[in-house]
Amino acid sequence: MATKHSRAAARLMISPAVLLLLAWMIIPLAMTLYFSFLSYNLMSPGMERWIGFTNYQYFLTDPAFFAALTNTILLVVGVLIVTVIGGTLFALLLDQPFFGQGIVRIMVIAPFFVMPTVSALVWKNMFMNPVNGLFAHLFKALGLQPFDFLAQAPLASIIGIVSWQWLPFATLILLTALQSLDQEQLEAAEMDGAPWLSRFIHIMLPHLARAITVVILIQTIFLLSIFAEILVTTNGGPGTASTNLTYLIYMQSLLQFDVGGGSAGGVVAIILANIVAIFLMRMIGKNLEA
Amino acid sequence: MARAVSTRRKVFTTALAWGLGLAIFFPIFWTVLTSFKTEAEAIADPPLWVNFHWTLENYVTVQERSDYFRHFWNSVVISVGSTLVGLIIAVPAAWAMAFVPGKRTKDVLMWMLSTKMLPPVGVLVPLYLIFRNLGLLDTRTGLVIVLTLINLPIIIWMLYTYFKEIPVDILEAARMDGAGLRNEILYVLTPMAVPGIASTLLLNIILAWNEAFWTLNLTAAKAAPLTAFIASYSSPEGLFYAKLSAASTMAIAPILIMGWFSQKQLVRGLTFGAVK
Repeated sequence: MATKHSRAAARLMISPAVLLLLAWMIIPLAMTLYFSFLSYNLMSPGMERWIGFTNYQYFLTDPAFFAALTNTILLVVGVLIVTVIGGTLFALLLDQPFFGQGIVRIMVIAPFFVMPTVSALVWKNMFMNPVNGLFAHLFKALGLQPFDFLAQAPLASIIGIVSWQWLPFATLILLTALQSLDQEQLEAAEMDGAPWLSRFIHIMLPHLARAITVVILIQTIFLLSIFAEILVTTNGGPGTASTNLTYLIYMQSLLQFDVGGGSAGGVVAIILANIVAIFLMRMIGKNLEA
Repeated sequence: MARAVSTRRKVFTTALAWGLGLAIFFPIFWTVLTSFKTEAEAIADPPLWVNFHWTLENYVTVQERSDYFRHFWNSVVISVGSTLVGLIIAVPAAWAMAFVPGKRTKDVLMWMLSTKMLPPVGVLVPLYLIFRNLGLLDTRTGLVIVLTLINLPIIIWMLYTYFKEIPVDILEAARMDGAGLRNEILYVLTPMAVPGIASTLLLNIILAWNEAFWTLNLTAAKAAPLTAFIASYSSPEGLFYAKLSAASTMAIAPILIMGWFSQKQLVRGLTFGAVK
């Protein structure tokens, strides 16, 4: 159907997008790579010189890097566990018939639209504050000692905040997937006397498998880059207790003006993200063929 | 009998779902409620639910102290601007890929998606320096450029999945009826494409509105949108819960309302069409 003429037109229509994305990818990437081999600090301009892999050596052997890597993984895995399990249970619940489905759905999805800086600050001050927070009031009412969440369990608290933001996303996607499940199959299994749990394991879970994979992979991409939540709650502290890779590189680049070191960190972050990305691309690629 | 059981079960499900729904929504509800209290009432123990002096004073204070409307306007310009520029670039591209697919269309799509995997912090330094040298730091133009580029793959993918669903047969039917290419696009394809474009527009405004890595790192005072406006409340002086609540309410209200209208599109957009 497509003629030579329409092909040329199509190419012309695609090219602005391709060229822009190509530039967006290649220029900053090449610069990051180049800077990562330089001794380059914004505080001492004109002193740039080539130092090979020294930045990488410093970055990778810095104890802060190891802490940040661990925190990044804990943050991603922690949030994934909460949101995937919670999201599945929520989706199963919301898929049942009940009164006021529309309103409950609206309430459950709401946190996803709250900007990261708002949700982090609201949780930090109005809930987790050890003196005036609602949790402190609650603990006092129960006769318990107030707990300083962000000082004593900073990473776990941030995992909690981020999970609250992403639970709606997981719920919504899993609910959408559940609703496309063939009801007749379920009813047939029920008639045959299959208990709920085995219906869940043998029919629902396989059906949800793809949606769960998508949730995991997409959330991972976003969770690797958590930044604002850390910036406004703990600043990565105490010490490096809640510093993730993104925050560590931000500190090195924009707070310590160490362009070389920050760039080396950036390259490391890109490599790590790529490992995750390869899986995601395979997933979606397969789907495109189907 | 069966009916009685299902009614009882429905009541039970209703109670459970509402309980959990309210729990999830509570922080937002509490923020809005607190925004109408005085500072002393905001930290009262036990917490006050209705019996306080309802006031709009916090909203006035926030506007006076940190100029909400300027930040709000920055957010509007940046999110709407980047989405519109993105659409202008993406509509032709998605259109061509959906209706005139070539051998490499799939590869191009996958490659576009892969740019989205680039962690922002990996290009923070060069972008910061480029922006500094071009005088784009702390400008709305700069943020429109960055947000257009980071959301472009999502925009193209969303549009592509929508355009893909337009039946091509209808084109042939129109052609048989003697419609030219121009009429074909104008009267047959466009009306069918508009809902998809509208959904894409909506979702991307939301994503850009809440984007908090580039907006925090590339702005200082002039071009700061609401994400940065709120971040300025992270180092408090004295009692500030009521003011924080008012500022938060103003920052999230517009997008919360838009978000509720776009639940369905959200799934499709954020999963690149993998879940519909």
